[in-house]
Amino acid sequence: MLLKKLFATVLCVSLLPLAFSCKKQSGETIKIGAIFAVTGPASFLGAPEAKTAQMMVDEINNSGGVNGKHLKLIIKDSAGNPEKAISFAKQLIEEEKVFAIIGPSTSGETMKIKTICEDGKTILISCAAAEVIVNPVARYVFKSPQKDSHAVQKIFEVMKKKGITRIGIVSSNDGFGIAGKEQLEKIAPAQGIQILISEVYDKKATDLTGVLTKLKAKNVQAVVNWSIVPAQSIVAKNMKQLNINAPLFQSHGFGNIKYVKEAGEAAEGIIFPCGRLLIAESLPANHPQKSLLMKYKKDYESKYGEDASTFGGHAYDAMLVLIEGIKKAGSDKEKVRDAIENLKGVAGTAGIFNFSPQDHNGLDINAFDVLTVKGGKFVKYE
Amino acid sequence: MSFEHLLQYVLSGITNGSIYAIVAIGFNIIYNTTGIINFAQGEFVMLGGMTAISLAAFMPLPLAILAAVVITSFAGALIDFLFIRRLKSPSVLNMIIVTVGLSIMIREIALHIWDEKVRSLPYFTGNEIASINLLGAYISPQVLWVLGVCSVIVVFLGLFFKFTLTGKSMRACASNMTAARLCGINTRNMVTISFMLSAAIGALAGCVISPITQTQYDCGTSLAIKGFTVAILGGLGNSTGAIIGGVIIGLLEAFSISVMPLAYKDAIAIAILLVILFVKPSGLLGAREAAELKEF
Repeated sequence: MLLKKLFATVLCVSLLPLAFSCKKQSGETIKIGAIFAVTGPASFLGAPEAKTAQMMVDEINNSGGVNGKHLKLIIKDSAGNPEKAISFAKQLIEEEKVFAIIGPSTSGETMKIKTICEDGKTILISCAAAEVIVNPVARYVFKSPQKDSHAVQKIFEVMKKKGITRIGIVSSNDGFGIAGKEQLEKIAPAQGIQILISEVYDKKATDLTGVLTKLKAKNVQAVVNWSIVPAQSIVAKNMKQLNINAPLFQSHGFGNIKYVKEAGEAAEGIIFPCGRLLIAESLPANHPQKSLLMKYKKDYESKYGEDASTFGGHAYDAMLVLIEGIKKAGSDKEKVRDAIENLKGVAGTAGIFNFSPQDHNGLDINAFDVLTVKGGKFVKYE
Repeated sequence: MSFEHLLQYVLSGITNGSIYAIVAIGFNIIYNTTGIINFAQGEFVMLGGMTAISLAAFMPLPLAILAAVVITSFAGALIDFLFIRRLKSPSVLNMIIVTVGLSIMIREIALHIWDEKVRSLPYFTGNEIASINLLGAYISPQVLWVLGVCSVIVVFLGLFFKFTLTGKSMRACASNMTAARLCGINTRNMVTISFMLSAAIGALAGCVISPITQTQYDCGTSLAIKGFTVAILGGLGNSTGAIIGGVIIGLLEAFSISVMPLAYKDAIAIAILLVILFVKPSGLLGAREAAELKEF
């Protein structure tokens, strides 16, 4: 009995330094939380985002970390579910006490956890696109993808050049679709564009011939589809089946070559605004984003054996911005927040970031190029 | 509304309706043998589509579809062998809950085998931009494939259940499991066959609709919900009823789209379904006497 107690005491004492050393080590790592829709209906966003974030953290840790500190990435899979995103955000802030959170992938989820991060004084760099995330500005909330309103303006610019004034809109019933629809309807009158019909479809829709017939009956000159879901390919296919010859415009959500493959022949001629990742090869050598885009594309494609998409790029930018902030301001949350707010001229995959206290997105309309599909590939729209 | 547009809505309704119907038929087979609703039916559809897409990379399309159907039907047999057969005294409710669990499990397994990406089979005839002009309205050739396969399945099942010994035995199991066993029918094997058959039909459905709806690891659930609704409307267990029910729901949806915003289409279809069920609780073609004998 006595021997047992003695043994236990010895064990405790001998383990003590180990416990201390552990604690010391954890002080040298920076914990970064990530909430991505790795599975579920928005997985085409979340999966490349999670892969990209992990790739960047591994690379940074292999080259000695940030300011000598290693990064620890904790990825939570929300499956695109806002309720899950809420509980993960609380868990990351309260239990894991993370330094900052990257994600979520979708606008709906981001809006749900915005106040949680504000209350928890934790930096949130969202990878979702809707403008409401940073407008009005919240102190700790940033976002890396381009703004909806800029995408809408780019689309309307093209329409005006083509002499299109009467359009029909279809959008999905998720955060991204709803936000885009609002922007389209808000900006159209000022641009002299008349919206004849605007319909919302379920994000899991599998056939849209019914609603497209309705658009056809209105004789629209162009169709705008605003969504990030697989229905983007279905809209294209259905339009061809119904013999609707009006051009199809899509949002920057179409920037995934997978959707082009799914739509096949029907994808030809789709016009959409997008970041430059998809046309990185054809950028002039002196373009400020060229080398970064080529590197990301090469790294991602060689590591995971799949095409890089702009969505993974959003996670890349979010990490990039956060790391730039940490490099400038060390490991104090408040100081890093201030540093991010004042970052200027940081080239990311989505564009050149110029943050300010009024602008927590930092991208201007030039972050977008207008692309189209030709021969199954993305090319710049001329 | 001009004639062309009217016809176009009808065609759009038939497209959707035929997709619902082909899924609904799968529900009916297992219901006919066991009296249970197999909530993993949508997952069979997904498995069939996914397997065929993977195999199509190595072999010609018809062979890939055939192989996918065979593989999925073995998956159905495996499910019965591993889970349903092991139940000590299976009540209808027990079995239904097992199938709900299975549907979640199959989905997760599919996520690990494949990934989260959307895929689709190539169009059987023509391609993404092919369309057939019918009096000014347009239809994709693939829809004709879905309708054709649907009809062939219904005829085949009708003959199978009416004229073959196995088919008759399966129906006997559905009417009264104990009596069937007393007559010397191996009821357990009949249940296995019904799982194989409905998995095979689900897989075939998954292949023919894949070019239209696209296939993803979690696409089974929403298909199963609509398929289930249609099966109830047509009368559970009745395959002709499934087709009629499918087309009715499809048309209702299409015409609700023509007059109301798209967002209301499910609400309208389900509301009318409820009305029909108030008037005829056993479904359009379901026999009331048969329904009263069932537990569910």
